[in-house]
Parts: sequence; C-alpha cells; structure tokens
Amino acid sequence: MALPTYASPLERLWYYTYLTICVLIFLFLIAPILVVIPLSFNPDADFTLGAEFLDPATYSLRWYDTLLTLGHPATADAPRDDAWWSAVWERSTWVQAAKNSLWVGLWATILATTLGTIAALGLSRPEMPYRRLIMALLISPMIVPIIIIAVGMSFFYAKACVAPDSAMALIFGWMLSEKGCLANSHLGVIVAHAVLGIPFVIITVTATLSGFDQSLIRAAQSMGANPRTVFFKVIMPLILPGVISGALFAFVTSFDEVVAVLFIAGPDQQTIPRQMFNGIREAISPAILAVATILVVISVLLLATVEVLRRRSDRLRGVTGR
Amino acid sequence: MADAAQILTTADGRPLKAALAAAQGRAKRRAFLLVLPLLLFVLLTFLVPIAYMLMRSVEHDGFAASAPALVEWFDENPDFDPANPPEEAFAALVQDLARMQEERTTGIAGTRINYSVPGSISMFKKGAREAAGLEPPYKEALLAVDANFGRPALWRGMASASNAYTAEFYLVASDRKLTDAGWARGGDKERIYLYLFGKTFMISALITVICLLLAFPVAHLLATLPMSKAALLMILVLLPFWTSLLVRTTAWIVLLQEQGVVNNLLVGLGLLDDKGRLSMMYNMTGTVVAMTHVLLPFMILPLYSVMRVIPPSYARAARSLGATSWTTFRRVYLPQTLPGIAAGSLLVFILAVGYYITPALVGGADGQLISNLIQFHMSKSNWSLAAAIAAMLLAAILILYWIYDRLVGIDRLKFG
Repeated sequence: MALPTYASPLERLWYYTYLTICVLIFLFLIAPILVVIPLSFNPDADFTLGAEFLDPATYSLRWYDTLLTLGHPATADAPRDDAWWSAVWERSTWVQAAKNSLWVGLWATILATTLGTIAALGLSRPEMPYRRLIMALLISPMIVPIIIIAVGMSFFYAKACVAPDSAMALIFGWMLSEKGCLANSHLGVIVAHAVLGIPFVIITVTATLSGFDQSLIRAAQSMGANPRTVFFKVIMPLILPGVISGALFAFVTSFDEVVAVLFIAGPDQQTIPRQMFNGIREAISPAILAVATILVVISVLLLATVEVLRRRSDRLRGVTGR
Repeated sequence: MADAAQILTTADGRPLKAALAAAQGRAKRRAFLLVLPLLLFVLLTFLVPIAYMLMRSVEHDGFAASAPALVEWFDENPDFDPANPPEEAFAALVQDLARMQEERTTGIAGTRINYSVPGSISMFKKGAREAAGLEPPYKEALLAVDANFGRPALWRGMASASNAYTAEFYLVASDRKLTDAGWARGGDKERIYLYLFGKTFMISALITVICLLLAFPVAHLLATLPMSKAALLMILVLLPFWTSLLVRTTAWIVLLQEQGVVNNLLVGLGLLDDKGRLSMMYNMTGTVVAMTHVLLPFMILPLYSVMRVIPPSYARAARSLGATSWTTFRRVYLPQTLPGIAAGSLLVFILAVGYYITPALVGGADGQLISNLIQFHMSKSNWSLAAAIAAMLLAAILILYWIYDRLVGIDRLKFG
C-alpha cells in the first residue's frame, strides 16, 4: 500500500507505524528459526548471543560431531578411518533415526501420493457422487487432533495382527512386528504417516486440477489415445507440479511427525522427531540445535522447490499475475 | 402413436433419457472407482481405529469378566438396595474376591471400580487376600476386613460395572462421581476435566485473537505490495510453515527459558537483575507464545488470499466521498475481509484446541491442555477414560469442522 499524495501528516505517521508493526511481526515469525543456527555453532553449552558471534573463528562443529558419535562405540578422539565411519553408519543413534525417518517418510509419501492423486482425479470429475462428504472425510486427518488419531491407532494397531504361519503372515509378516502386529512395526508407522499426508496431497492435486481443461482429455481421446496414454501423456505432465508439491507436503508431514510415533512405534522405529522430542523433554542440549539447523536447511530447500513448482504450474495452466 | 413419436431415441433406438441416465451412471461409477482405493485405505487405517477408540470409551470388562458370581447376582436382583445389600450379595462378592486372588485379576477389577469409586483398588486387594479364609456370615466378616465394603457407592459402582458396556467414563470425564446417593457433581476442586476443557477453549480463543491481530497487518501488507515484493516477503511466512514443529518449539525454549537468549540479553544490557530473570517458559506464557508462532501462518494465508482480491478502488471511492481513513477501514475494507477472518480464525481455533506437542514440551505444569490429559491417562493405562475424553474432544472438533465447512468450505483450504 503506497501512501497517497493527499495523506495528512497523521496518516503518514500511522503508515510508518504500520510498517514498523509489520516488520516486528515478520521478525517474530522468522527470528526464532534463525536464532538456532548461530547457537548450534557455539562451542559452549550456554545460550548466549554475545559478541563472539561476530567472530567466525570461535565457531565450532562440536555439536555436529556429537550427532555422529552419540551411541558410537569408539572414543571421541579415535582416528576417523573407514571403520570409524562405518561404525557411525551402523551404530550412531542420530544416523539410525535419520535412516528410519527417511525410510518411513519415503514409503508414506509414495503411498499417500499414489492413492491421493488417483482419488483427486476422481474427486475433480463433476459427476463424482457424494463429493462434499468424501472430501470432508479425506481432509479430516488434518483436522482431527493428532492425539485422538494416535490414541485410536494405538488401540487398534495393537489388535491388528496376523495369525502366525497364516498366508497373511507369509505376505505381510516381514513388515510387521515380531508378534505380527501393526503396532511397533515399520508398516504401522508408514500407514499412519500416509493417512496424515493424504489431506495435503488431495488439497494440492485438486487445486491443480481445478484449472485443468477437461477438453484436453476429449481432444486426446478423439485423436485415438487410449486411457493410459491420456493419463501419462496429457494429464500427468500438467498436474505433475501439484503432485510433487503434494508429495513434498506429505513427506514433510511424516518427517516432522512425532505423536503417532510415540504412541504406535517400538524401539526399532526411532525417528528424528522422536529423538528430538525426548531430547527436548530431558535437558535441551546444543546437539538438538545442530539437528534443528540441519532441518531448517532442509525446509528452506523444500520451500524453494515448492515455490518453483508452483510458479511452473501457474505458468502451465495459464494463471498469470503471480 | 403421437406419444411414441415424441420419445426421442438414440441412433440404436434406445430412449434418449435412459441412455443418458446409463451413461451418467457409468461416469459416476468410474469417478467413484478412482476414489475407492483411498477410501478403503482411510477407512481401515483411520476410521476403524477411531471407531474402535469410541467403542473402548463405553466398554470395560475388567470387573464384569472377573466377578461372575456377582454379575449373576446383579442380573437376578436388578432392584436391590445398595444401602443394605443382603447376605447372598456379600457371599457372591467374597466368592469373586477369592477367585480374583487365584486368577490374579484383582488389579484389573479394582481399577475398573476405582474409576467411579476412588480408593477401591486397595480395598479390593485387601479383601482378596483375606477372602479365602472368611467364614459365613460373609457380610459381617467382610465388613470386619474393611468397613468400606458396605458403602452404597461401592455397591452402585459394582452393579454398574457388572455390565461391560457403560457410559460411566463419560460421567467421570465430565467430573461426576459416584456418591452413596448416586452420581453427582464433584466438589469445586474436583472439577478437573471440565475445567481443563474450558481452559483449553479459552487459551485457544486467546491464541486465535492474538493470531488475528498479528496476521491482519501482515496479510494486508502482503496483499497491497507489488507482486514481486510480496512474493519475497511471503517466503518469511512460508518458511516457518515448512519448518519442523519441533525445531520451532526448540527455538522458543532457547529464546525464552531462564538461561535463554532473551533473558541473557536483558541481563547483559542491565535491564534485568540476574535474580529477576523472567520466567516465560514452562508455563502458560510459553505455551501461548510458541503456539501463536506455530499457528500464525494458518491465519495469514487465508486472510491474504481474501485481501488480495479486494479491489483498492472501493477504499478510494469511500475516501473521495468524504469518509475518514478509519471509517473507510471500518465500513468498507473490514467487511470485505470477513470471509478470510472466519476461515483463518476457525482453522487456527480448531488446530489450537487439539494441540499436543507444544504444550507438552513448553507448557510446564500450568500450560497443559486437554490433549496432554489424554496422553497422561494413556500413559497410566486408563485407556477407557482416555478414550472417553478423546471422544468428547472429537465431538467438539467435528462440530467446529462442520461449521468450517458450512461457512468456508473445505475445498477452499490451500497452502501457499
């Protein structure tokens, strides 16, 4: 809002006050995220932002090193050879958590994106019956408090077991817990996270499809394309940006999710958020800040990807102005 | 003949109306088939667990399964006088207590009664230890072990618990308790559940108002700046949105705790005495500040999308007709932003009511919300009570969700 030329002095004063307020609010939004970054390079365990932050020579990677060595058998000053690194890969608590988080996040994303995209295609058709009701149901995992979902899942997944030596156990057994249940298993966490990611996929993909020109499908069909060709050559390239942003949302949801993990996962499904949650509960160590910094960097990269995709999608659909 | 000529037919002679209906039915089925796999997935992994939880909130067979003799006696004498149960009832109770001791089910049965009549677990344990050695008349013998076995409240509780299906957990979760005269409201100090529900709603409302006050100027600025600048500033809003919740909570702990950045800074500048450090973390203040930060983007985004399409010419027209800038804002601009205010406020409020992680980490003792109470009862294995509280919270959320859908429409949800 530019100031009009006829503005009175009082209005000018108000305008600059308003700008100042906005700057302060932006600071409130962004400062907490930025503040963890310098603190994670602080060699001391106190949280002071003093003059030493102007001097990069005092920065230390001590807390990042802790991430590698926590749960690692060797002493801290052992030589960093191949054996040391392979021990890090196999034993370090945070590396294990990262592996679990990525594995669960990847499968939850694939599951949510595949099912969500196909469903969004159906939901965007004008002839879809009970559209509003189904949409409300599919969005609800985002609205229903996570604690309620987690309580329900912890009851049900403990009972959702396959009988040992049954055909089901042969097919699914390897993904379930030792008792053959969804609780305490990777599959349990994956499906829980997939459910939580589905609303985001549905929302982004249906938003992309809302600008989709249905006559393109008829045009392709009239030129003899079969449904498969229509999907892969016409629909998919156009909605791909929406699908990818949906997938990224689903991944972030899983990557950041802790409550369901706390309720349904066992000791083998230690994820980064769970590790952080426990770390924050006990005594907050600067090692947590090192993890936080890494996560901030990841979210900046993800945000940049989504923004690029959104612009591309807008351009493809002919939406201008943004 | 004239009628037949009027019925339009397709090229292959079928009536047009029927052919159209068939084609539309096919299209409907095809659209539905696309949604079906996801619907089944959500049904199995989300709806069934929640339905199961609702079932657990009205079902608890801890007592009914371990006290068969009493269950039978209660079945035969539904109208017994709880103030003065007859000898046969005591005989059945002693028989069941002895059986519980043998089968080691005293804890489960006692826990079930304990929900409505506090103190029952220890009584049951004591009774079960002695039960095998008791001689008739059982009434006097049992009352000699513990006089509380004659309390009418206990007998009411046992009669009610002899049925595995019960609404008792909802009564307990709304601060009722079983007295000698029947169910009654607890004393003022015992109203923890409804108090916490009320507190959760008040805090959520407070956070919603703060979010609205903070989001309004920012959304307005973003909506009125030129596109290129707005897109740049938008990143400042979206980055917190994309950043891990735990990272943001950690950041607030680091900033606000007693040895945190803000306190250190104030002490360092001499504005604060070292002993007078502000306690802004691990209490209600911490919860409100951190939650406001987490939920603020959910208010800014809907406001922004509404404000962006408000034509600036309306405000200019109002000004040219002689309205002051305040009147222009109040009478022309603000009413046009109402859809955004409604959308953002409802969303923030809904998300705040069910919040768990932030209060759990930064709330300390007095910053806990209803979700944390559910988790508390889950950790104490009070599953049915946790399920009942969760069901009450779910009901509140579903009503809000329904209002949101009516007022805003769920297909209007968007990110970025």
